[in-house]
Amino acid sequence: MSLLQIEGLGIDFGGLRAVHDVGFSLKPGEIVSVIGPNGAGKTTLFNMISGVYAPARGRVVLDGEDVTRMPPHLLARRGLSRTFQNLQIFQSMSVLENAVAGHHLHERGSVFADLFALPAARRRSQASGESARALLDRVGLGRAAEQEAGSLSYGALKRLEIARALALKPRVLLLDEPAAGCNAVETEEIDHLIAQVAAEGVSILLVEHDMKMVMRISNHIVVLDHGEKIAEGEPAAIARNPRVIEAYLGAQATEAKHVDG
Amino acid sequence: MRLSSKATTLLILAAVIAIAPVFFPSSYYFRVGSLIFVNGLAVTGLVILIGYAGQISLGHAGFAGIGAYACALAPVHLGLHPALAAVLGALLSAAIAYLVGRPILRLKGYYLAVTSLGFGILVSMVLSNEAQLTGGPDGMAVPELGLRAVLKAIGIDLSNTEFWYAFSGLVLVLGAWLALNLYHSPTGRALRALHGSEVAARTVGVDVAHYKLVAFVLSAIYASVSGSLLALQNKFITPDVAGFMHSIEMVTMTVLGGAGSVLGAILGAAILTTLPQVLTIFQEYEQLMLGLVMMLVMIFMREGLLPSITRRIRGRAE
Repeated sequence: MSLLQIEGLGIDFGGLRAVHDVGFSLKPGEIVSVIGPNGAGKTTLFNMISGVYAPARGRVVLDGEDVTRMPPHLLARRGLSRTFQNLQIFQSMSVLENAVAGHHLHERGSVFADLFALPAARRRSQASGESARALLDRVGLGRAAEQEAGSLSYGALKRLEIARALALKPRVLLLDEPAAGCNAVETEEIDHLIAQVAAEGVSILLVEHDMKMVMRISNHIVVLDHGEKIAEGEPAAIARNPRVIEAYLGAQATEAKHVDG
Repeated sequence: MRLSSKATTLLILAAVIAIAPVFFPSSYYFRVGSLIFVNGLAVTGLVILIGYAGQISLGHAGFAGIGAYACALAPVHLGLHPALAAVLGALLSAAIAYLVGRPILRLKGYYLAVTSLGFGILVSMVLSNEAQLTGGPDGMAVPELGLRAVLKAIGIDLSNTEFWYAFSGLVLVLGAWLALNLYHSPTGRALRALHGSEVAARTVGVDVAHYKLVAFVLSAIYASVSGSLLALQNKFITPDVAGFMHSIEMVTMTVLGGAGSVLGAILGAAILTTLPQVLTIFQEYEQLMLGLVMMLVMIFMREGLLPSITRRIRGRAE
Protein backbone atom coordinates (compact mmCIF):
# COMPACT_ATOMS: atom_id res chain seq x y z
CA MET A 1 0.00 0.00 0.00
CA SER A 2 1.29 3.45 -0.83
CA LEU A 3 2.10 5.94 1.93
CA LEU A 4 2.00 9.04 -0.25
CA GLN A 5 -0.22 9.24 -3.28
CA ILE A 6 -0.10 12.15 -5.76
CA GLU A 7 -3.06 12.34 -8.16
CA GLY A 8 -3.37 14.71 -11.13
CA LEU A 9 -1.61 17.55 -9.35
CA GLY A 10 -1.44 20.88 -11.18
CA ILE A 11 -0.90 24.61 -10.67
CA ASP A 12 -0.80 27.68 -12.95
CA PHE A 13 1.21 30.86 -12.53
CA GLY A 14 -0.48 33.72 -14.36
CA GLY A 15 -1.79 31.59 -17.21
CA LEU A 16 1.36 29.48 -17.40
CA ARG A 17 0.82 25.80 -16.67
CA ALA A 18 3.74 25.31 -14.28
CA VAL A 19 2.75 21.76 -13.37
CA HIS A 20 -0.02 19.76 -15.03
CA ASP A 21 -1.61 16.42 -14.19
CA VAL A 22 1.29 14.84 -12.33
CA GLY A 23 0.65 11.65 -10.41
CA PHE A 24 2.71 8.91 -8.77
CA SER A 25 2.97 7.14 -5.42
CA LEU A 26 5.48 6.23 -2.72
CA LYS A 27 5.59 3.09 -0.60
CA PRO A 28 7.14 3.04 2.88
CA GLY A 29 10.94 2.92 2.64
CA GLU A 30 10.93 3.65 -1.06
CA ILE A 31 13.17 6.25 -2.73
CA VAL A 32 11.44 8.01 -5.62
CA SER A 33 13.33 10.63 -7.60
CA VAL A 34 11.81 13.42 -9.64
CA ILE A 35 14.08 14.48 -12.47
CA GLY A 36 13.80 16.82 -15.42
CA PRO A 37 15.53 19.80 -16.99
CA ASN A 38 15.66 23.17 -15.20
CA GLY A 39 12.24 24.77 -15.10
CA ALA A 40 10.44 21.45 -15.51
CA GLY A 41 8.43 22.15 -12.33
CA LYS A 42 10.19 19.88 -9.84
CA THR A 43 10.45 22.39 -7.01
CA THR A 44 6.93 23.64 -7.73
CA LEU A 45 5.71 20.07 -7.39
CA PHE A 46 7.55 19.80 -4.05
CA ASN A 47 6.01 23.05 -2.86
CA MET A 48 2.54 21.75 -3.62
CA ILE A 49 3.07 18.42 -1.90
CA SER A 50 4.57 20.10 1.19
CA GLY A 51 1.77 22.67 1.47
CA VAL A 52 3.84 25.74 0.57
CA TYR A 53 1.79 26.26 -2.63
CA ALA A 54 -1.90 25.46 -2.94
CA PRO A 55 -2.42 23.27 -6.03
CA ALA A 56 -5.19 24.30 -8.43
CA ARG A 57 -5.96 20.71 -9.42
CA GLY A 58 -5.44 17.22 -8.09
CA ARG A 59 -4.99 15.56 -4.72
CA VAL A 60 -2.26 14.69 -2.25
CA VAL A 61 -3.13 11.68 -0.12
CA LEU A 62 -0.96 10.84 2.88
CA ASP A 63 -1.58 7.46 4.46
CA GLY A 64 -5.17 7.41 3.23
CA GLU A 65 -5.96 10.98 4.32
CA ASP A 66 -6.57 13.76 1.79
CA VAL A 67 -4.01 16.42 2.76
CA THR A 68 -4.32 18.61 -0.33
CA ARG A 69 -3.76 22.30 0.50
CA MET A 70 -3.05 21.49 4.13
CA PRO A 71 -0.63 24.03 5.67
CA PRO A 72 2.95 22.77 6.20
CA HIS A 73 2.79 22.74 10.01
CA LEU A 74 -0.16 20.34 9.93
CA LEU A 75 1.58 18.16 7.35
CA ALA A 76 4.57 18.09 9.70
CA ARG A 77 2.30 16.70 12.43
CA ARG A 78 1.35 13.92 10.03
CA GLY A 79 4.99 13.09 9.46
CA LEU A 80 5.86 14.92 6.24
CA SER A 81 9.10 16.89 6.30
CA ARG A 82 11.30 18.53 3.69
CA THR A 83 14.50 20.38 2.84
CA PHE A 84 14.88 23.32 0.49
CA GLN A 85 16.76 23.85 -2.73
CA ASN A 86 17.55 27.45 -1.78
CA LEU A 87 18.67 26.92 1.81
CA GLN A 88 16.25 27.90 4.56
CA ILE A 89 18.52 27.83 7.59
CA PHE A 90 17.81 29.69 10.83
CA GLN A 91 20.84 31.92 10.31
CA SER A 92 21.13 33.57 13.71
CA MET A 93 21.00 30.25 15.56
CA SER A 94 23.85 27.87 16.22
CA VAL A 95 24.14 24.64 14.26
CA LEU A 96 22.89 22.72 17.29
CA GLU A 97 19.92 25.04 17.80
CA ASN A 98 18.90 24.57 14.17
CA ALA A 99 18.80 20.84 14.73
CA VAL A 100 17.00 21.27 18.07
CA ALA A 101 14.42 23.54 16.41
CA GLY A 102 13.58 20.63 14.12
CA HIS A 103 12.25 18.83 17.22
CA HIS A 104 9.55 21.44 17.67
CA LEU A 105 6.65 18.99 17.56
CA HIS A 106 8.32 16.72 20.09
CA GLU A 107 9.47 19.45 22.49
CA ARG A 108 6.64 22.00 22.44
CA GLY A 109 4.69 22.45 25.65
CA SER A 110 3.04 25.19 27.66
CA VAL A 111 4.38 28.72 27.30
CA PHE A 112 3.99 29.14 31.05
CA ALA A 113 6.38 26.26 31.77
CA ASP A 114 8.83 27.72 29.26
CA LEU A 115 8.70 31.22 30.81
CA PHE A 116 9.38 29.95 34.31
CA ALA A 117 11.86 27.27 33.16
CA LEU A 118 9.85 24.63 35.01
CA PRO A 119 11.40 21.15 35.21
CA ALA A 120 9.02 19.89 32.51
CA ALA A 121 10.25 22.56 30.08
CA ARG A 122 13.88 21.83 30.87
CA ARG A 123 13.35 18.10 30.37
CA ARG A 124 11.81 18.74 26.96
CA SER A 125 14.73 20.97 25.94
CA GLN A 126 17.27 18.48 27.20
CA ALA A 127 15.69 15.56 25.38
CA SER A 128 15.60 17.42 22.08
CA GLY A 129 19.15 18.66 22.64
CA GLU A 130 20.44 15.10 23.04
CA SER A 131 18.55 13.89 20.01
CA ALA A 132 19.84 16.86 17.99
CA ARG A 133 23.45 16.06 18.88
CA ALA A 134 22.96 12.47 17.75
CA LEU A 135 21.48 13.68 14.46
CA LEU A 136 24.37 16.10 13.91
CA ASP A 137 26.81 13.25 14.46
CA ARG A 138 24.86 11.23 11.96
CA VAL A 139 25.19 13.87 9.22
CA GLY A 140 28.83 14.54 10.15
CA LEU A 141 28.31 17.92 11.81
CA GLY A 142 28.83 16.84 15.41
CA ARG A 143 31.96 18.92 15.81
CA ALA A 144 30.38 22.05 14.36
CA ALA A 145 27.48 21.98 16.87
CA GLU A 146 28.36 25.21 18.69
CA GLN A 147 29.21 27.21 15.56
CA GLU A 148 26.90 29.83 14.15
CA ALA A 149 24.93 28.20 11.35
CA GLY A 150 25.76 31.05 8.98
CA SER A 151 29.46 30.16 9.17
CA LEU A 152 29.07 26.68 7.61
CA SER A 153 29.90 25.79 4.03
CA TYR A 154 27.11 25.26 1.52
CA GLY A 155 27.47 21.50 1.58
CA ALA A 156 27.43 21.43 5.38
CA LEU A 157 24.26 23.55 5.44
CA LYS A 158 22.61 21.05 3.11
CA ARG A 159 23.38 18.32 5.63
CA LEU A 160 22.17 20.52 8.49
CA GLU A 161 18.83 20.86 6.70
CA ILE A 162 18.61 17.08 6.43
CA ALA A 163 19.35 16.72 10.16
CA ARG A 164 16.67 19.30 10.94
CA ALA A 165 14.15 17.50 8.74
CA LEU A 166 15.00 14.14 10.33
CA ALA A 167 14.44 15.63 13.78
CA LEU A 168 10.74 15.53 13.04
CA LYS A 169 11.03 11.71 12.80
CA PRO A 170 9.22 11.89 9.47
CA ARG A 171 7.42 9.13 7.60
CA VAL A 172 7.85 10.96 4.31
CA LEU A 173 10.92 13.10 3.59
CA LEU A 174 11.13 15.45 0.61
CA LEU A 175 14.72 16.32 -0.31
CA ASP A 176 15.17 19.15 -2.81
CA GLU A 177 18.65 18.85 -4.35
CA PRO A 178 20.41 17.62 -1.19
CA ALA A 179 23.73 17.13 -3.04
CA ALA A 180 23.80 20.45 -4.92
CA GLY A 181 27.04 22.30 -4.24
CA CYS A 182 28.62 19.29 -2.55
CA ASN A 183 31.90 17.71 -3.62
CA ALA A 184 32.18 14.06 -4.59
CA VAL A 185 32.98 12.88 -1.06
CA GLU A 186 30.10 14.82 0.48
CA THR A 187 27.74 13.59 -2.24
CA GLU A 188 28.64 10.01 -1.42
CA GLU A 189 28.03 10.65 2.29
CA ILE A 190 24.60 12.09 1.55
CA ASP A 191 23.96 9.16 -0.72
CA HIS A 192 24.65 6.71 2.14
CA LEU A 193 22.60 8.77 4.57
CA ILE A 194 19.55 8.76 2.29
CA ALA A 195 19.81 5.01 1.73
CA GLN A 196 20.09 4.46 5.50
CA VAL A 197 17.06 6.62 6.27
CA ALA A 198 15.03 4.82 3.64
CA ALA A 199 16.12 1.47 5.07
CA GLU A 200 14.53 2.55 8.34
CA GLY A 201 11.19 2.75 6.54
CA VAL A 202 11.03 6.45 5.68
CA SER A 203 9.70 7.16 2.20
CA ILE A 204 11.94 9.58 0.34
CA LEU A 205 11.01 11.85 -2.51
CA LEU A 206 14.12 13.28 -4.10
CA VAL A 207 14.85 16.05 -6.57
CA GLU A 208 18.47 15.86 -7.65
CA HIS A 209 20.60 16.89 -10.61
CA ASP A 210 23.40 14.46 -9.90
CA MET A 211 22.31 11.70 -12.31
CA LYS A 212 24.80 9.15 -11.01
CA MET A 213 23.36 9.53 -7.53
CA VAL A 214 19.77 9.35 -8.79
CA MET A 215 20.43 6.21 -10.81
CA ARG A 216 22.27 4.58 -7.92
CA ILE A 217 19.82 5.07 -5.07
CA SER A 218 16.33 5.44 -6.60
CA ASN A 219 13.81 2.62 -6.60
CA HIS A 220 11.64 4.54 -8.97
CA ILE A 221 12.06 7.67 -11.13
CA VAL A 222 9.48 10.21 -12.30
CA VAL A 223 10.52 12.43 -15.22
CA LEU A 224 9.02 15.89 -15.66
CA ASP A 225 9.33 18.17 -18.67
CA HIS A 226 7.48 21.46 -19.10
CA GLY A 227 5.45 20.65 -15.99
CA GLU A 228 4.17 17.30 -17.24
CA LYS A 229 5.15 13.76 -16.44
CA ILE A 230 6.76 12.28 -19.55
CA ALA A 231 7.94 9.00 -18.08
CA GLU A 232 8.26 6.95 -14.94
CA GLY A 233 9.81 3.65 -14.04
CA GLU A 234 12.89 1.91 -12.74
CA PRO A 235 16.25 3.65 -13.17
CA ALA A 236 17.48 1.29 -15.87
CA ALA A 237 14.31 1.72 -17.93
CA ILE A 238 14.41 5.51 -17.53
CA ALA A 239 18.02 5.64 -18.68
CA ARG A 240 16.98 3.92 -21.92
CA ASN A 241 13.75 5.85 -22.48
CA PRO A 242 14.13 7.88 -25.70
CA ARG A 243 11.78 10.69 -24.57
CA VAL A 244 13.80 11.12 -21.39
CA ILE A 245 17.07 11.14 -23.27
CA GLU A 246 15.68 13.76 -25.61
CA ALA A 247 14.15 15.98 -22.92
CA TYR A 248 16.62 15.67 -20.13
CA LEU A 249 19.89 14.15 -21.18
CA GLY A 250 19.54 15.86 -24.57
CA ALA A 251 19.35 19.19 -22.85
CA GLN A 252 22.43 18.27 -20.86
CA ALA A 253 24.25 17.21 -24.00
CA THR A 254 23.41 20.58 -25.54
CA GLU A 255 24.69 22.30 -22.40
CA ALA A 256 27.87 20.23 -22.58
CA LYS A 257 28.34 21.30 -26.17
CA HIS A 258 27.96 24.94 -25.11
CA VAL A 259 30.60 24.47 -22.45
CA ASP A 260 32.94 22.80 -24.90
CA GLY A 261 32.33 25.85 -27.01
CA MET B 1 33.49 27.15 34.81
CA ARG B 2 31.81 28.96 31.96
CA LEU B 3 28.64 30.76 32.96
CA SER B 4 25.63 30.41 30.69
CA SER B 5 24.68 33.56 28.81
CA LYS B 6 21.47 33.64 30.85
CA ALA B 7 23.27 33.64 34.18
CA THR B 8 25.78 36.22 32.94
CA THR B 9 23.06 38.60 31.80
CA LEU B 10 21.12 38.32 35.05
CA LEU B 11 24.27 38.71 37.12
CA ILE B 12 25.39 41.83 35.27
CA LEU B 13 21.91 43.34 35.48
CA ALA B 14 21.47 42.62 39.19
CA ALA B 15 25.00 43.80 40.02
CA VAL B 16 24.59 47.11 38.16
CA ILE B 17 21.23 47.76 39.82
CA ALA B 18 22.61 46.94 43.28
CA ILE B 19 25.94 48.77 43.00
CA ALA B 20 24.97 51.90 41.03
CA PRO B 21 23.37 53.70 44.03
CA VAL B 22 26.83 53.87 45.69
CA PHE B 23 27.71 56.50 43.08
CA PHE B 24 24.45 58.46 43.25
CA PRO B 25 25.10 62.00 44.54
CA SER B 26 21.41 62.82 44.98
CA SER B 27 17.97 61.23 45.11
CA TYR B 28 17.35 62.54 41.59
CA TYR B 29 19.52 59.71 40.29
CA PHE B 30 17.29 57.11 41.95
CA ARG B 31 14.43 58.66 40.06
CA VAL B 32 16.26 58.42 36.70
CA GLY B 33 17.26 54.86 37.57
CA SER B 34 13.70 53.75 38.21
CA LEU B 35 12.59 55.38 34.95
CA ILE B 36 15.26 53.36 33.15
CA PHE B 37 13.97 50.16 34.77
CA VAL B 38 10.38 50.94 33.83
CA ASN B 39 11.37 51.57 30.21
CA GLY B 40 13.70 48.57 30.36
CA LEU B 41 10.77 46.34 31.27
CA ALA B 42 8.68 47.46 28.29
CA VAL B 43 11.71 47.05 26.06
CA THR B 44 12.37 43.52 27.37
CA GLY B 45 8.86 42.64 26.19
CA LEU B 46 9.68 44.10 22.80
CA VAL B 47 12.82 41.94 22.64
CA ILE B 48 10.47 38.95 22.68
CA LEU B 49 8.36 40.46 19.90
CA ILE B 50 11.02 42.15 17.73
CA GLY B 51 14.20 40.31 18.64
CA TYR B 52 12.91 36.76 18.99
CA ALA B 53 9.90 36.71 16.68
CA GLY B 54 10.91 39.46 14.22
CA GLN B 55 7.57 41.29 14.40
CA ILE B 56 7.20 45.05 14.75
CA SER B 57 4.59 46.86 16.83
CA LEU B 58 4.21 50.62 16.64
CA GLY B 59 1.49 50.80 19.26
CA HIS B 60 2.86 49.24 22.42
CA ALA B 61 2.40 52.47 24.33
CA GLY B 62 -1.30 51.67 24.05
CA PHE B 63 -0.73 48.70 26.36
CA ALA B 64 1.37 50.85 28.68
CA GLY B 65 -1.60 53.24 28.76
CA ILE B 66 -3.98 50.42 29.67
CA GLY B 67 -1.67 49.31 32.48
CA ALA B 68 -1.24 52.86 33.75
CA TYR B 69 -4.90 53.84 33.71
CA ALA B 70 -5.92 50.50 35.23
CA CYS B 71 -3.92 51.55 38.31
CA ALA B 72 -5.61 54.95 38.31
CA LEU B 73 -9.18 53.84 37.62
CA ALA B 74 -9.66 50.38 39.12
CA PRO B 75 -8.91 51.41 42.75
CA VAL B 76 -11.42 54.28 42.50
CA HIS B 77 -14.21 52.59 40.56
CA LEU B 78 -13.81 48.93 41.48
CA GLY B 79 -12.23 49.36 44.89
CA LEU B 80 -9.29 47.18 43.86
CA HIS B 81 -5.89 47.38 45.53
CA PRO B 82 -3.44 49.14 43.13
CA ALA B 83 -1.37 45.95 42.84
CA LEU B 84 -4.44 43.99 41.78
CA ALA B 85 -5.34 46.83 39.44
CA ALA B 86 -1.96 46.35 37.73
CA VAL B 87 -2.73 42.63 37.34
CA LEU B 88 -6.15 43.50 35.93
CA GLY B 89 -4.47 45.91 33.47
CA ALA B 90 -2.06 43.18 32.39
CA LEU B 91 -4.90 40.71 31.84
CA LEU B 92 -6.87 43.30 29.89
CA SER B 93 -3.81 44.12 27.75
CA ALA B 94 -3.25 40.42 27.10
CA ALA B 95 -6.89 39.94 26.09
CA ILE B 96 -6.83 42.96 23.75
CA ALA B 97 -3.49 41.88 22.24
CA TYR B 98 -5.02 38.47 21.60
CA LEU B 99 -8.14 39.90 19.95
CA VAL B 100 -6.20 42.41 17.84
CA GLY B 101 -3.36 40.03 17.00
CA ARG B 102 -5.34 36.91 16.14
CA PRO B 103 -6.81 38.00 12.81
CA ILE B 104 -3.77 40.13 11.88
CA LEU B 105 -0.96 37.68 12.54
CA ARG B 106 -2.37 35.16 10.10
CA LEU B 107 -1.33 37.56 7.36
CA LYS B 108 2.22 37.96 6.17
CA GLY B 109 3.87 41.37 5.99
CA TYR B 110 3.58 44.70 7.75
CA TYR B 111 -0.01 44.36 8.92
CA LEU B 112 0.91 44.12 12.59
CA ALA B 113 2.93 47.36 12.47
CA VAL B 114 0.04 49.26 10.88
CA THR B 115 -2.70 47.72 13.02
CA SER B 116 -0.82 48.24 16.26
CA LEU B 117 -0.15 51.83 15.21
CA GLY B 118 -3.89 52.35 14.84
CA PHE B 119 -4.55 50.59 18.15
CA GLY B 120 -2.07 52.84 20.00
CA ILE B 121 -3.62 55.99 18.56
CA LEU B 122 -7.07 54.73 19.48
CA VAL B 123 -6.11 54.15 23.13
CA SER B 124 -4.49 57.56 23.52
CA MET B 125 -7.52 59.25 21.92
CA VAL B 126 -9.93 57.48 24.23
CA LEU B 127 -7.80 58.45 27.24
CA SER B 128 -7.71 62.09 26.10
CA ASN B 129 -11.38 62.38 25.19
CA GLU B 130 -13.12 60.50 27.99
CA ALA B 131 -12.39 63.44 30.27
CA GLN B 132 -15.08 62.70 32.87
CA LEU B 133 -13.44 59.30 33.47
CA THR B 134 -9.73 59.93 32.83
CA GLY B 135 -9.36 63.65 33.42
CA GLY B 136 -8.57 64.05 29.73
CA PRO B 137 -5.23 65.55 28.66
CA ASP B 138 -4.72 66.96 32.18
CA GLY B 139 -4.32 63.42 33.50
CA MET B 140 -5.39 61.98 36.82
CA ALA B 141 -4.03 60.99 40.21
CA VAL B 142 -2.96 57.41 40.97
CA PRO B 143 -3.31 55.98 44.48
CA GLU B 144 -0.33 54.88 46.59
CA LEU B 145 0.86 51.28 46.14
CA GLY B 146 1.33 51.05 49.91
CA LEU B 147 4.19 48.59 49.84
CA ARG B 148 6.64 51.18 51.20
CA ALA B 149 4.55 51.57 54.36
CA VAL B 150 4.54 47.79 54.81
CA LEU B 151 8.34 47.69 54.46
CA LYS B 152 8.66 50.52 56.98
CA ALA B 153 6.55 48.61 59.48
CA ILE B 154 8.99 45.68 59.32
CA GLY B 155 11.98 47.98 59.75
CA ILE B 156 13.06 48.71 56.13
CA ASP B 157 12.80 52.48 55.83
CA LEU B 158 13.31 53.66 52.27
CA SER B 159 12.72 57.10 50.81
CA ASN B 160 10.14 57.24 48.04
CA THR B 161 12.72 57.42 45.24
CA GLU B 162 14.85 54.68 46.82
CA PHE B 163 11.83 52.40 47.13
CA TRP B 164 10.82 52.82 43.49
CA TYR B 165 14.40 52.32 42.36
CA ALA B 166 14.60 49.02 44.23
CA PHE B 167 11.10 47.84 43.38
CA SER B 168 11.17 48.55 39.63
CA GLY B 169 14.73 47.18 39.53
CA LEU B 170 13.44 43.96 41.04
CA VAL B 171 10.55 43.73 38.58
CA LEU B 172 12.98 44.35 35.72
CA VAL B 173 15.27 41.51 36.85
CA LEU B 174 12.24 39.25 37.09
CA GLY B 175 11.08 40.31 33.62
CA ALA B 176 14.56 39.72 32.19
CA TRP B 177 14.72 36.29 33.85
CA LEU B 178 11.42 35.26 32.23
CA ALA B 179 12.49 36.56 28.80
CA LEU B 180 15.82 34.73 29.03
CA ASN B 181 14.11 31.51 30.12
CA LEU B 182 11.87 31.86 27.10
CA TYR B 183 14.84 32.38 24.76
CA HIS B 184 16.32 28.99 25.61
CA SER B 185 12.98 27.16 25.69
CA PRO B 186 11.04 25.33 22.97
CA THR B 187 8.75 28.36 22.62
CA GLY B 188 11.74 30.70 22.24
CA ARG B 189 13.27 28.42 19.62
CA ALA B 190 10.00 28.36 17.70
CA LEU B 191 9.89 32.18 17.76
CA ARG B 192 13.49 32.54 16.62
CA ALA B 193 12.94 29.87 13.98
CA LEU B 194 10.01 31.68 12.41
CA HIS B 195 12.07 34.87 12.53
CA GLY B 196 14.90 33.14 10.68
CA SER B 197 12.78 31.44 8.02
CA GLU B 198 9.03 31.31 8.18
CA VAL B 199 8.69 28.60 5.57
CA ALA B 200 11.30 26.38 7.25
CA ALA B 201 9.67 26.93 10.65
CA ARG B 202 6.35 25.81 9.22
CA THR B 203 7.84 22.67 7.73
CA VAL B 204 9.23 21.61 11.11
CA GLY B 205 5.72 22.00 12.50
CA VAL B 206 5.72 25.50 13.98
CA ASP B 207 2.25 27.03 13.90
CA VAL B 208 3.61 30.42 12.84
CA ALA B 209 0.44 32.47 13.42
CA HIS B 210 0.02 30.98 16.90
CA TYR B 211 3.59 31.70 18.00
CA LYS B 212 3.55 35.26 16.66
CA LEU B 213 0.42 35.75 18.74
CA VAL B 214 2.16 34.34 21.82
CA ALA B 215 4.99 36.86 21.35
CA PHE B 216 2.56 39.74 20.81
CA VAL B 217 0.51 38.91 23.92
CA LEU B 218 3.59 38.47 26.12
CA SER B 219 5.08 41.77 24.97
CA ALA B 220 1.74 43.49 25.62
CA ILE B 221 1.81 42.22 29.23
CA TYR B 222 5.35 43.60 29.69
CA ALA B 223 4.27 46.99 28.32
CA SER B 224 1.20 47.00 30.54
CA VAL B 225 3.16 46.25 33.71
CA SER B 226 5.68 48.91 32.71
CA GLY B 227 2.84 51.44 32.38
CA SER B 228 1.45 50.40 35.77
CA LEU B 229 4.85 50.87 37.44
CA LEU B 230 5.21 54.31 35.85
CA ALA B 231 1.75 55.37 37.04
CA LEU B 232 2.30 54.06 40.56
CA GLN B 233 5.67 55.72 41.04
CA ASN B 234 4.59 59.06 39.53
CA LYS B 235 1.26 58.90 41.40
CA PHE B 236 -0.08 60.78 38.44
CA ILE B 237 -0.72 59.84 34.85
CA THR B 238 -1.46 61.63 31.56
CA PRO B 239 -2.48 60.20 28.16
CA ASP B 240 1.10 60.81 26.94
CA VAL B 241 1.98 57.38 28.37
CA ALA B 242 -0.09 55.86 25.57
CA GLY B 243 1.05 58.35 22.94
CA PHE B 244 2.55 57.55 19.57
CA MET B 245 5.89 59.10 20.58
CA HIS B 246 6.13 56.70 23.51
CA SER B 247 5.56 53.73 21.17
CA ILE B 248 8.29 54.97 18.87
CA GLU B 249 10.61 55.52 21.83
CA MET B 250 10.11 51.93 22.96
CA VAL B 251 10.97 50.50 19.55
CA THR B 252 13.93 52.88 19.22
CA MET B 253 15.34 51.82 22.58
CA THR B 254 14.99 48.15 21.62
CA VAL B 255 16.64 48.49 18.24
CA LEU B 256 19.33 50.90 19.42
CA GLY B 257 20.62 48.57 22.14
CA GLY B 258 20.10 45.37 20.17
CA ALA B 259 16.70 43.78 19.69
CA GLY B 260 18.15 40.27 19.87
CA SER B 261 19.63 40.76 23.33
CA VAL B 262 17.78 41.46 26.57
CA LEU B 263 20.79 43.21 28.10
CA GLY B 264 21.37 45.20 24.91
CA ALA B 265 17.80 46.44 24.76
CA ILE B 266 17.91 47.46 28.44
CA LEU B 267 21.13 49.35 27.65
CA GLY B 268 19.23 51.07 24.84
CA ALA B 269 16.53 52.01 27.34
CA ALA B 270 19.18 53.36 29.71
CA ILE B 271 20.80 55.50 27.02
CA LEU B 272 17.60 56.95 25.63
CA THR B 273 16.18 57.58 29.11
CA THR B 274 19.34 59.30 30.34
CA LEU B 275 20.20 61.26 27.21
CA PRO B 276 17.32 63.77 27.45
CA GLN B 277 18.26 64.39 31.11
CA VAL B 278 21.89 65.04 30.13
CA LEU B 279 20.96 67.07 27.10
CA THR B 280 18.56 69.45 28.84
CA ILE B 281 21.27 72.11 28.55
CA PHE B 282 21.09 71.68 24.78
CA GLN B 283 17.35 71.29 24.77
CA GLU B 284 16.98 72.66 21.25
CA TYR B 285 19.39 70.05 19.94
CA GLU B 286 17.99 67.08 21.87
CA GLN B 287 15.87 65.66 19.04
CA LEU B 288 18.68 66.34 16.60
CA MET B 289 21.18 64.41 18.70
CA LEU B 290 18.79 61.49 19.16
CA GLY B 291 18.16 61.28 15.44
CA LEU B 292 21.87 61.41 14.73
CA VAL B 293 22.69 58.68 17.26
CA MET B 294 20.01 56.43 15.81
CA MET B 295 21.21 56.89 12.26
CA LEU B 296 24.85 56.26 13.14
CA VAL B 297 24.02 53.10 15.09
CA MET B 298 21.87 51.74 12.27
CA ILE B 299 24.56 52.50 9.67
CA PHE B 300 27.55 51.18 11.60
CA MET B 301 26.07 48.72 14.12
CA ARG B 302 23.03 47.20 12.49
CA GLU B 303 22.45 44.57 15.16
CA GLY B 304 22.33 47.30 17.82
CA LEU B 305 24.96 48.59 20.22
CA LEU B 306 25.60 45.66 22.55
CA PRO B 307 25.61 42.75 20.06
CA SER B 308 27.87 44.72 17.69
CA ILE B 309 30.33 45.66 20.42
CA THR B 310 30.55 42.16 21.94
CA ARG B 311 31.01 40.69 18.47
CA ARG B 312 33.89 43.09 17.82
CA ILE B 313 35.54 42.28 21.15
CA ARG B 314 35.15 38.55 20.57
CA GLY B 315 36.50 38.90 17.05
CA ARG B 316 39.61 40.61 18.42
CA ALA B 317 40.10 37.96 21.12
CA GLU B 318 40.11 35.07 18.64
